[in-house]
Amino acid sequence: MKKEIKKDHADLAEAFIRDEERVDWHDGALWFIREKRDRASKQIPEWEALREAASAVKSNVISNLHAYLLQFEENLIKNGVIVHWADNAEEHNEIVYSILKAKGLNQLVKSKSMLTEECQLNEYLHERGIEVINSDLGEYIQQIDNEPPSHIVLPCIHKRKEEIGELFHTHLGTEKGLSDPTLLTRVARKHLRNVFITRRAALTGVNFAVAETGEYVVCTNEGNADMGAHLSDVQIASMGLEKIVPQKKHLGIFLRLLARSATGQPITIYSSHYRKPRPGQEMHLILVNAGRTNQLKRPDFRDSLKCIKCGACMNTCPVYRKSGGLSYHNTISGPIGAILAPNLDMKKHADLPYASTLCGSCSNVCPVKINIHEQLYKWRQVIVKEGYATQTKALGMKAMAWTFSSPATFTTAGKAGRWFLHNIPFVVNNKFNPWYKQRDMPEGPKESFSEWYEREEKKKEQQHT
Amino acid sequence: MNTREKILQEVLDSQPDTTPLPDISLFKGGEDDPVQKYMDVFKTIGGEVFLVEDLAAVKTSVHERFDLSKRVVTTVPELSDPFELLSGTVEPRLYDDVELAVIRAHFSVAENGAVWLTDQLMGHRIIPYICQHLAVLVKAESIVPTLHEAYERIGIGDYGFGGFIGGPSKTADIEQALVLGAHGPLSMTVYILKQPFPLSK
Amino acid sequence: MTVGLFIPCYVNQFYPDAAKATLQLLRKLGVNVAYPLKQTCCGQPMANSGFENLTQPCDDLFIENFSSFDYIVAPSASCVLHIKDHLHSPQNAEGANKIRKGIYELVEFLTDVLKIEKLDAVFPHKVGLHHSCHGLRGLHLSQMSELNAPPFSKPQQLLSMVRELEQVSLDRADECCGFGGTFCVAEEAVSVKMGKDRVTDHTKNGAEYITSSDLSCLMHLQGILHRNKSAVKVIHIAEILNAGL
Repeated sequence: MKKEIKKDHADLAEAFIRDEERVDWHDGALWFIREKRDRASKQIPEWEALREAASAVKSNVISNLHAYLLQFEENLIKNGVIVHWADNAEEHNEIVYSILKAKGLNQLVKSKSMLTEECQLNEYLHERGIEVINSDLGEYIQQIDNEPPSHIVLPCIHKRKEEIGELFHTHLGTEKGLSDPTLLTRVARKHLRNVFITRRAALTGVNFAVAETGEYVVCTNEGNADMGAHLSDVQIASMGLEKIVPQKKHLGIFLRLLARSATGQPITIYSSHYRKPRPGQEMHLILVNAGRTNQLKRPDFRDSLKCIKCGACMNTCPVYRKSGGLSYHNTISGPIGAILAPNLDMKKHADLPYASTLCGSCSNVCPVKINIHEQLYKWRQVIVKEGYATQTKALGMKAMAWTFSSPATFTTAGKAGRWFLHNIPFVVNNKFNPWYKQRDMPEGPKESFSEWYEREEKKKEQQHT
Repeated sequence: MNTREKILQEVLDSQPDTTPLPDISLFKGGEDDPVQKYMDVFKTIGGEVFLVEDLAAVKTSVHERFDLSKRVVTTVPELSDPFELLSGTVEPRLYDDVELAVIRAHFSVAENGAVWLTDQLMGHRIIPYICQHLAVLVKAESIVPTLHEAYERIGIGDYGFGGFIGGPSKTADIEQALVLGAHGPLSMTVYILKQPFPLSK
Repeated sequence: MTVGLFIPCYVNQFYPDAAKATLQLLRKLGVNVAYPLKQTCCGQPMANSGFENLTQPCDDLFIENFSSFDYIVAPSASCVLHIKDHLHSPQNAEGANKIRKGIYELVEFLTDVLKIEKLDAVFPHKVGLHHSCHGLRGLHLSQMSELNAPPFSKPQQLLSMVRELEQVSLDRADECCGFGGTFCVAEEAVSVKMGKDRVTDHTKNGAEYITSSDLSCLMHLQGILHRNKSAVKVIHIAEILNAGL
């Protein structure tokens, strides 16, 4: 179904960068959102304290998850919601399928849910004759282009409006050359409204699940989750285990942080609190593990489960902005994706923790204070230890460690003609070294600092004697 | 062991030692005048807001601003003449042609422009989302500074569905160009009423 | 007070002038500085690539070279941060701890330990300051633009003491340049694009020089400037602070 991705981040990024005008636009658009986030956060004097509190609430959730899950489940049942548990993507997809089958439904309208992307639900249902339509505009565009979302909040941020116009021309029969965002949005509105009206089943993701009350909150700007859910006879919500918050009042913290971090808005247009099915409606909630407990086991990485999927780390990440979300070849891209993905498949995602300069901006914008860049560093150590680093890189590094640890080798090699020119990866001067593709190296000076220092010291000694 | 038990056991085995919940009672709004702040914020998020005396003023404004030849629904009995008074039992799909919905909110939030309303005030859950234009009435005295006061006020609550709505539906998915009216209303108007009005069902 | 001068390996080899300026500046300020000749690399390139397990010999040698000093000062925020965060020794935990606590990047040593308030330096040029990420977000040499916190900048504080120097303001005050250690070759395309964009920010805002407390960033930016035959130069901050007439 989806476009096959076999290359690693560096390859895919290089391909993306070839269209420099697009990269500049992409970079600028995301930087603009980062600036909006900065302005919004700076209007809240207690911003840093809010982040601290949000992080502490999530620490409490992670450390009491068992009890909160039981409490949440109990309240869901009291509210008349049907609860399901899925250990992996396959089980999740089977549950959705069985709910639809029991009702004899073969159509589903879905609002944004990264979890169902992760589970590849659309493909699974498609193979079983069920049509799924993504109703978030960006996700809809990605769906008709048969491409996964490149950003968790802005699914088609890598596409230009002319490309979207072309897609609409092909799939929705709009006039060729139409690329005005307002007109294109109106076309999608009309088309998807008909979808909402005619579908009997709707699936949403979950932003926050309140253990205390058994309600869950879904945030959108478009209103697509509500259009789907309130028009449906069968409402399904899929959530990862980590989405729990203990009490209702904690939503105040998270909703204050979420939209400001994501887009610089004071709150998403819609923050919908679903608690009970409306009369005659059936409401299902699926609690999905899909690797969460495995991540919970890893002390260095379990804090990644605090993520509230705001996308701020992507917007601020210069690597993300220059390389595009699809270069991460994972449902969740960017810095947060790079610390979540290796937990799911370390071999496949061994390149992602290296797709960073470790600049640390991601950790600073994170509303729940996940130490993202430190986790990237730690994943690198794990990946090497588990044997997933490429052989050549490993050997090169071993040689370097050996040389660096021995001052004799280091200085002799240095004198013999700049040891570095032969050993440090970024200065090996031959046409195969990527450094030289677009950069020069400084010319080596006549003498190194240590040679100069030694000479000076000798001179001084001689002067003294 | 079934899936549920397996997952719960794994969670129990993997979760770290418990850490306490933070004290969040110190978070609250500043000294700003909540009505003015609300109006300023709501305008910046693409909404229209009017500070009016009473329901009569709302009626007048609605007549001036909306196309009343199309279907207009309300949950406010005082506005039921000439608008259609909503009943919650109707099949939700039949509201697809609603041009304007005029409904009350429990309160609104100054810092973000959102109004809070539960299904008791919506007539039907779909109403504030499916209408082409949404008009919401709030009492001036009910505006709270931040979401912290908002959740304090909501408490546990007794509703099947409740939502914050902070402006007309919007998207910027195509090249980050802001478009009002994605799937929900194309416009949202808030009438802040200076005089108390009945909030009973 | 005795200070051990730690000159990162690539600075020793490629930028001896920055090292000399560091030494001279410290001596000018009355500090007793010595340079242990047996020093090599701090091990950062390996650790950041995931080979932290191979860096023990580097750490041991570092402790051996520098344990006798009150302070260790280096003209490289990145290497200092690596030592601060990652130097360890199972056999000599106390020695490692002393090193981690006693190491300073040059700028912070001048502002926080020596607490200098004036400098006898002159540099009649327009200068753009590049915040290295390790200096900014690791050592907290300046306030980070992401945070809602009062602004400050230790390098800017020092540069403002230099006569006739004009600091240019940038569109993106503290964005990463894309060097990133082995990232610069492993992710060549992204690295260069990031570097190009940083260079453009400086040049379009009128900088004649780009300065920083990290030569690794500057080496990368210089490589791009030179390839594109730009007249804009890079210079380590020590050389500006040490610049006389």
